Amino acid sequence: MKRLIATLAVGLVLNASPALASSATEAALAADPVAEKRLLGLSEELRCLVCQNQNIADSNAELAQDLRREIRGMIKDGKSDKEIIDFMVTRYGDFVLYRPPVQGNTLLLWGGPVALLILGIIALVRYQRRRAERVAAEDKPLSADEASRADALLKELDNK
Amino acid sequence: MNRYYWILGAFAALVALLAVGLNLNPRDVPSPLVGKPAPAFTLPQLAEPDKTLSPKDMQGKVWLFNVWASWCVSCRQEHPVLVEFSKKVDIPLIGLNYKEVRGDGGFDMGKMPADEEKKLAWQRANTWLAQHGNPYKLTVMDLDGRVGIDYGVYGVPETYVIDKAGVIRMKHTGPVTPEILAKKIMPLLAELNK
Repeated sequence: MKRLIATLAVGLVLNASPALASSATEAALAADPVAEKRLLGLSEELRCLVCQNQNIADSNAELAQDLRREIRGMIKDGKSDKEIIDFMVTRYGDFVLYRPPVQGNTLLLWGGPVALLILGIIALVRYQRRRAERVAAEDKPLSADEASRADALLKELDNK
Repeated sequence: MNRYYWILGAFAALVALLAVGLNLNPRDVPSPLVGKPAPAFTLPQLAEPDKTLSPKDMQGKVWLFNVWASWCVSCRQEHPVLVEFSKKVDIPLIGLNYKEVRGDGGFDMGKMPADEEKKLAWQRANTWLAQHGNPYKLTVMDLDGRVGIDYGVYGVPETYVIDKAGVIRMKHTGPVTPEILAKKIMPLLAELNK
Protein backbone atom coordinates (compact mmCIF):
# COMPACT_ATOMS: atom_id res chain seq x y z
CA MET A 1 0.00 0.00 0.00
CA LYS A 2 2.78 2.39 1.00
CA ARG A 3 4.60 1.56 -2.16
CA LEU A 4 1.49 2.18 -4.17
CA ILE A 5 1.01 5.60 -2.60
CA ALA A 6 4.65 6.44 -3.13
CA THR A 7 4.46 5.43 -6.76
CA LEU A 8 1.31 7.48 -7.20
CA ALA A 9 2.98 10.44 -5.49
CA VAL A 10 5.98 10.17 -7.74
CA GLY A 11 3.65 10.03 -10.70
CA LEU A 12 1.79 13.10 -9.52
CA VAL A 13 4.97 15.08 -9.08
CA LEU A 14 6.06 14.16 -12.56
CA ASN A 15 2.78 15.25 -14.02
CA ALA A 16 2.73 18.42 -12.01
CA SER A 17 6.16 19.67 -12.93
CA PRO A 18 6.60 19.82 -16.68
CA ALA A 19 7.72 23.44 -16.23
CA LEU A 20 11.02 22.11 -14.94
CA ALA A 21 13.71 22.22 -17.54
CA SER A 22 14.58 18.59 -16.93
CA SER A 23 11.02 17.31 -17.18
CA ALA A 24 11.72 15.48 -20.41
CA THR A 25 14.51 13.50 -18.85
CA GLU A 26 12.39 12.93 -15.74
CA ALA A 27 9.65 11.41 -17.83
CA ALA A 28 12.25 9.25 -19.53
CA LEU A 29 13.52 8.16 -16.16
CA ALA A 30 10.03 7.38 -14.98
CA ALA A 31 9.78 5.10 -17.96
CA ASP A 32 13.02 3.52 -16.82
CA PRO A 33 11.93 1.07 -14.14
CA VAL A 34 15.48 0.34 -12.94
CA ALA A 35 16.18 3.97 -12.14
CA GLU A 36 12.74 4.36 -10.56
CA LYS A 37 13.37 1.36 -8.36
CA ARG A 38 16.66 2.82 -7.21
CA LEU A 39 14.95 6.12 -6.50
CA LEU A 40 12.32 4.36 -4.42
CA GLY A 41 14.92 2.32 -2.55
CA LEU A 42 17.00 5.41 -1.81
CA SER A 43 14.11 7.60 -0.83
CA GLU A 44 12.84 4.99 1.59
CA GLU A 45 16.15 5.32 3.43
CA LEU A 46 15.92 9.10 3.67
CA ARG A 47 13.88 11.09 6.14
CA CYS A 48 11.66 13.89 5.01
CA LEU A 49 12.78 16.76 7.23
CA VAL A 50 9.50 18.57 6.99
CA CYS A 51 7.30 15.75 8.23
CA GLN A 52 10.12 13.99 10.11
CA ASN A 53 8.34 10.69 10.62
CA GLN A 54 7.93 9.93 6.97
CA ASN A 55 10.55 9.02 4.46
CA ILE A 56 11.06 10.87 1.21
CA ALA A 57 9.31 8.15 -0.76
CA ASP A 58 6.13 8.44 1.33
CA SER A 59 6.04 12.16 1.87
CA ASN A 60 4.33 14.53 -0.43
CA ALA A 61 5.83 17.65 1.13
CA GLU A 62 7.37 20.13 -1.28
CA LEU A 63 10.86 19.48 -0.04
CA ALA A 64 10.47 15.72 -0.45
CA GLN A 65 9.42 16.31 -4.05
CA ASP A 66 12.44 18.53 -4.62
CA LEU A 67 14.74 15.96 -3.07
CA ARG A 68 13.28 13.18 -5.18
CA ARG A 69 13.96 15.39 -8.18
CA GLU A 70 17.56 15.86 -7.04
CA ILE A 71 17.99 12.11 -6.55
CA ARG A 72 16.56 11.46 -10.00
CA GLY A 73 19.07 13.88 -11.46
CA MET A 74 21.92 12.21 -9.63
CA ILE A 75 20.84 8.74 -10.74
CA LYS A 76 20.79 10.04 -14.28
CA ASP A 77 24.31 11.41 -13.81
CA GLY A 78 25.43 7.93 -12.88
CA LYS A 79 26.10 8.67 -9.20
CA SER A 80 26.39 5.70 -6.85
CA ASP A 81 23.96 5.14 -3.98
CA LYS A 82 26.68 6.08 -1.52
CA GLU A 83 27.36 9.37 -3.31
CA ILE A 84 23.67 10.21 -3.26
CA ILE A 85 23.32 9.39 0.45
CA ASP A 86 26.46 11.44 1.19
CA PHE A 87 24.97 14.37 -0.73
CA MET A 88 21.99 14.30 1.62
CA VAL A 89 24.04 13.82 4.78
CA THR A 90 26.38 16.74 4.06
CA ARG A 91 23.33 18.98 3.77
CA TYR A 92 20.88 17.67 6.32
CA GLY A 93 23.08 15.65 8.66
CA ASP A 94 22.72 12.12 9.95
CA PHE A 95 19.16 12.95 10.89
CA VAL A 96 18.21 12.51 7.25
CA LEU A 97 19.08 8.81 7.48
CA TYR A 98 16.21 6.64 8.55
CA ARG A 99 18.75 4.07 9.71
CA PRO A 100 21.19 6.00 11.86
CA PRO A 101 24.84 4.97 11.45
CA VAL A 102 26.61 3.15 14.27
CA GLN A 103 28.96 5.75 15.77
CA GLY A 104 29.90 7.39 19.06
CA ASN A 105 26.72 9.37 19.61
CA THR A 106 24.40 6.59 18.49
CA LEU A 107 25.97 3.88 20.68
CA LEU A 108 23.21 4.18 23.26
CA LEU A 109 20.60 3.93 20.53
CA TRP A 110 22.06 0.80 18.98
CA GLY A 111 23.55 -0.74 22.10
CA GLY A 112 20.81 0.24 24.55
CA PRO A 113 18.33 -2.54 23.78
CA VAL A 114 21.09 -5.17 23.76
CA ALA A 115 22.46 -3.81 27.06
CA LEU A 116 18.97 -3.93 28.57
CA LEU A 117 18.50 -7.50 27.38
CA ILE A 118 21.83 -8.56 28.91
CA LEU A 119 20.98 -6.77 32.17
CA GLY A 120 17.63 -8.53 32.21
CA ILE A 121 19.22 -11.94 31.68
CA ILE A 122 21.78 -11.28 34.43
CA ALA A 123 19.01 -10.19 36.81
CA LEU A 124 16.94 -13.26 35.95
CA VAL A 125 19.83 -15.68 36.43
CA ARG A 126 20.75 -14.06 39.76
CA TYR A 127 17.17 -14.21 40.94
CA GLN A 128 16.82 -17.88 39.98
CA ARG A 129 20.09 -18.77 41.72
CA ARG A 130 19.15 -17.01 44.91
CA ARG A 131 15.76 -18.64 44.92
CA ALA A 132 17.32 -22.03 44.42
CA GLU A 133 19.67 -21.35 47.34
CA ARG A 134 16.82 -20.20 49.52
CA VAL A 135 14.73 -23.22 48.65
CA ALA A 136 17.69 -25.52 49.29
CA ALA A 137 18.29 -23.84 52.64
CA GLU A 138 14.68 -24.06 53.74
CA ASP A 139 13.89 -27.44 52.26
CA LYS A 140 15.50 -29.58 54.97
CA PRO A 141 14.31 -33.10 55.77
CA LEU A 142 11.82 -33.26 58.64
CA SER A 143 13.15 -33.74 62.11
CA ALA A 144 12.15 -36.90 63.98
CA ASP A 145 9.67 -34.90 65.98
CA GLU A 146 8.03 -33.37 62.90
CA ALA A 147 7.97 -36.72 61.14
CA SER A 148 6.07 -38.42 63.91
CA ARG A 149 3.61 -35.52 64.04
CA ALA A 150 3.04 -35.77 60.32
CA ASP A 151 2.52 -39.50 60.59
CA ALA A 152 -0.01 -39.00 63.35
CA LEU A 153 -1.92 -36.47 61.28
CA LEU A 154 -1.95 -38.70 58.21
CA LYS A 155 -3.21 -41.63 60.24
CA GLU A 156 -5.94 -39.50 61.68
CA LEU A 157 -7.02 -38.65 58.13
CA ASP A 158 -6.97 -42.28 57.06
CA ASN A 159 -9.17 -43.27 59.98
CA LYS A 160 -11.87 -40.85 59.06
CA MET B 1 11.77 -2.52 51.39
CA ASN B 2 14.95 -2.52 49.37
CA ARG B 3 13.09 -3.71 46.35
CA TYR B 4 10.69 -0.72 46.43
CA TYR B 5 13.59 1.72 46.34
CA TRP B 6 14.70 -0.03 43.21
CA ILE B 7 11.35 0.44 41.52
CA LEU B 8 11.11 4.03 42.72
CA GLY B 9 14.61 4.71 41.42
CA ALA B 10 13.81 3.20 38.02
CA PHE B 11 10.62 5.25 37.83
CA ALA B 12 12.45 8.46 38.72
CA ALA B 13 15.05 7.71 36.04
CA LEU B 14 12.29 7.18 33.48
CA VAL B 15 10.61 10.46 34.46
CA ALA B 16 13.93 12.30 34.19
CA LEU B 17 14.57 10.77 30.76
CA LEU B 18 11.13 11.74 29.49
CA ALA B 19 11.37 15.22 31.02
CA VAL B 20 14.55 15.89 29.06
CA GLY B 21 13.48 14.06 25.92
CA LEU B 22 10.05 15.63 25.59
CA ASN B 23 11.43 19.12 26.15
CA LEU B 24 13.81 18.84 23.22
CA ASN B 25 12.66 20.55 20.07
CA PRO B 26 12.42 17.99 17.27
CA ARG B 27 12.87 20.83 14.76
CA ASP B 28 16.29 21.57 16.20
CA VAL B 29 18.17 19.35 13.83
CA PRO B 30 21.89 19.99 14.22
CA SER B 31 23.18 21.24 10.89
CA PRO B 32 26.25 19.49 9.53
CA LEU B 33 27.03 22.76 7.75
CA VAL B 34 28.10 24.56 10.91
CA GLY B 35 31.88 24.88 10.76
CA LYS B 36 31.91 24.32 7.00
CA PRO B 37 32.32 26.89 4.23
CA ALA B 38 29.04 28.40 3.05
CA PRO B 39 28.03 26.52 -0.14
CA ALA B 40 28.77 28.52 -3.25
CA PHE B 41 26.01 29.92 -5.44
CA THR B 42 25.45 32.69 -7.93
CA LEU B 43 21.93 34.04 -7.84
CA PRO B 44 20.24 37.12 -9.29
CA GLN B 45 19.45 40.00 -6.97
CA LEU B 46 15.94 41.15 -6.22
CA ALA B 47 16.65 44.86 -6.53
CA GLU B 48 18.75 44.55 -9.68
CA PRO B 49 17.88 41.34 -11.54
CA ASP B 50 20.83 41.78 -13.90
CA LYS B 51 23.29 41.61 -11.01
CA THR B 52 24.19 38.49 -9.11
CA LEU B 53 25.63 37.73 -5.71
CA SER B 54 27.93 34.93 -4.55
CA PRO B 55 29.03 34.17 -1.00
CA LYS B 56 32.59 35.01 -2.01
CA ASP B 57 31.49 38.61 -2.62
CA MET B 58 30.92 38.76 1.14
CA GLN B 59 34.40 37.51 2.03
CA GLY B 60 36.00 39.54 4.78
CA LYS B 61 32.67 40.41 6.38
CA VAL B 62 30.61 38.79 9.07
CA TRP B 63 27.11 38.52 7.64
CA LEU B 64 23.70 37.05 8.23
CA PHE B 65 21.94 34.98 5.62
CA ASN B 66 18.20 34.77 6.12
CA VAL B 67 15.90 32.49 4.14
CA TRP B 68 12.45 33.96 3.53
CA ALA B 69 9.45 33.93 1.20
CA SER B 70 6.25 35.92 1.02
CA TRP B 71 4.15 32.74 1.46
CA CYS B 72 5.98 31.85 4.64
CA VAL B 73 3.75 32.51 7.62
CA SER B 74 6.44 32.38 10.30
CA CYS B 75 8.47 34.94 8.35
CA ARG B 76 5.78 37.47 9.20
CA GLN B 77 6.42 36.86 12.85
CA GLU B 78 10.15 37.14 12.39
CA HIS B 79 10.26 40.10 10.05
CA PRO B 80 9.82 42.97 12.56
CA VAL B 81 12.74 41.53 14.56
CA LEU B 82 14.93 41.65 11.46
CA VAL B 83 13.79 45.16 10.55
CA GLU B 84 14.65 46.33 14.06
CA PHE B 85 18.00 44.52 13.86
CA SER B 86 18.91 46.17 10.56
CA LYS B 87 18.20 49.60 12.00
CA LYS B 88 20.37 49.08 15.05
CA VAL B 89 23.22 46.87 13.93
CA ASP B 90 25.70 47.46 11.16
CA ILE B 91 25.97 43.87 9.96
CA PRO B 92 24.97 42.99 6.43
CA LEU B 93 21.81 40.93 6.31
CA ILE B 94 21.41 39.08 3.03
CA GLY B 95 18.05 37.58 2.13
CA LEU B 96 17.57 34.32 0.28
CA ASN B 97 14.12 34.32 -1.23
CA TYR B 98 13.25 30.63 -1.31
CA LYS B 99 10.88 29.31 -4.00
CA GLU B 100 8.78 32.46 -4.03
CA VAL B 101 6.26 31.10 -6.55
CA ARG B 102 6.73 27.33 -6.39
CA GLY B 103 6.66 27.18 -2.63
CA ASP B 104 3.36 28.99 -2.47
CA GLY B 105 1.36 25.95 -3.45
CA GLY B 106 -1.37 28.10 -5.02
CA PHE B 107 -0.04 27.95 -8.53
CA ASP B 108 -0.20 25.29 -11.17
CA MET B 109 3.47 25.24 -12.04
CA GLY B 110 2.77 22.94 -14.95
CA LYS B 111 1.07 25.78 -16.76
CA MET B 112 3.52 28.52 -15.88
CA PRO B 113 6.31 29.42 -18.31
CA ALA B 114 9.69 30.22 -16.75
CA ASP B 115 9.66 33.92 -17.61
CA GLU B 116 6.25 34.34 -16.07
CA GLU B 117 7.40 32.62 -12.89
CA LYS B 118 10.34 34.99 -12.77
CA LYS B 119 8.20 38.06 -13.23
CA LEU B 120 5.71 36.94 -10.63
CA ALA B 121 8.43 36.03 -8.11
CA TRP B 122 10.11 39.43 -8.36
CA GLN B 123 6.81 41.22 -8.16
CA ARG B 124 5.60 39.25 -5.12
CA ALA B 125 8.91 39.59 -3.26
CA ASN B 126 9.10 43.33 -3.92
CA THR B 127 5.51 43.87 -2.83
CA TRP B 128 6.08 41.94 0.37
CA LEU B 129 9.18 43.94 1.29
CA ALA B 130 7.42 47.20 0.45
CA GLN B 131 4.61 46.20 2.78
CA HIS B 132 6.60 44.88 5.71
CA GLY B 133 9.83 46.85 5.43
CA ASN B 134 13.14 45.77 3.94
CA PRO B 135 15.81 44.80 6.47
CA TYR B 136 18.03 43.23 3.81
CA LYS B 137 21.13 44.76 2.33
CA LEU B 138 20.04 42.76 -0.64
CA THR B 139 18.02 39.68 -1.44
CA VAL B 140 18.87 36.95 -3.92
CA MET B 141 16.24 34.84 -5.64
CA ASP B 142 16.29 31.05 -5.49
CA LEU B 143 13.31 30.22 -7.68
CA ASP B 144 13.67 26.44 -7.84
CA GLY B 145 15.07 25.93 -4.33
CA ARG B 146 18.33 24.33 -5.45
CA VAL B 147 20.47 26.67 -3.36
CA GLY B 148 18.09 25.99 -0.48
CA ILE B 149 18.93 22.29 -0.77
CA ASP B 150 22.67 23.08 -0.68
CA TYR B 151 22.10 25.00 2.55
CA GLY B 152 19.99 22.20 4.01
CA VAL B 153 16.90 24.41 4.18
CA TYR B 154 13.87 22.45 5.30
CA GLY B 155 11.70 24.98 7.06
CA VAL B 156 11.56 28.65 6.16
CA PRO B 157 12.61 30.91 7.85
CA GLU B 158 16.17 29.86 8.52
CA THR B 159 19.09 32.06 9.43
CA TYR B 160 22.82 31.50 9.06
CA VAL B 161 25.70 33.41 10.63
CA ILE B 162 28.69 33.40 8.28
CA ASP B 163 32.13 34.61 9.35
CA LYS B 164 34.81 36.63 7.58
CA ALA B 165 36.36 33.51 6.07
CA GLY B 166 33.01 32.45 4.65
CA VAL B 167 32.45 29.67 7.19
CA ILE B 168 28.96 29.01 8.59
CA ARG B 169 29.18 29.54 12.35
CA MET B 170 25.56 29.09 13.32
CA LYS B 171 22.27 28.02 11.86
CA HIS B 172 18.90 28.84 13.33
CA THR B 173 15.78 27.12 12.03
CA GLY B 174 12.48 28.88 12.54
CA PRO B 175 11.75 32.53 13.25
CA VAL B 176 14.44 34.60 14.94
CA THR B 177 12.95 35.92 18.17
CA PRO B 178 14.30 38.92 20.11
CA GLU B 179 15.49 36.43 22.73
CA ILE B 180 17.48 34.28 20.29
CA LEU B 181 18.89 37.44 18.75
CA ALA B 182 20.01 38.83 22.09
CA LYS B 183 21.24 35.61 23.64
CA LYS B 184 22.75 33.71 20.75
CA ILE B 185 23.20 35.73 17.58
CA MET B 186 24.44 39.08 18.95
CA PRO B 187 27.14 37.57 21.22
CA LEU B 188 28.35 35.43 18.31
CA LEU B 189 28.46 38.43 15.96
CA ALA B 190 30.40 40.44 18.54
CA GLU B 191 32.88 37.62 18.96
CA LEU B 192 33.33 37.09 15.22
CA ASN B 193 33.84 40.81 14.62
CA LYS B 194 36.55 41.15 17.24
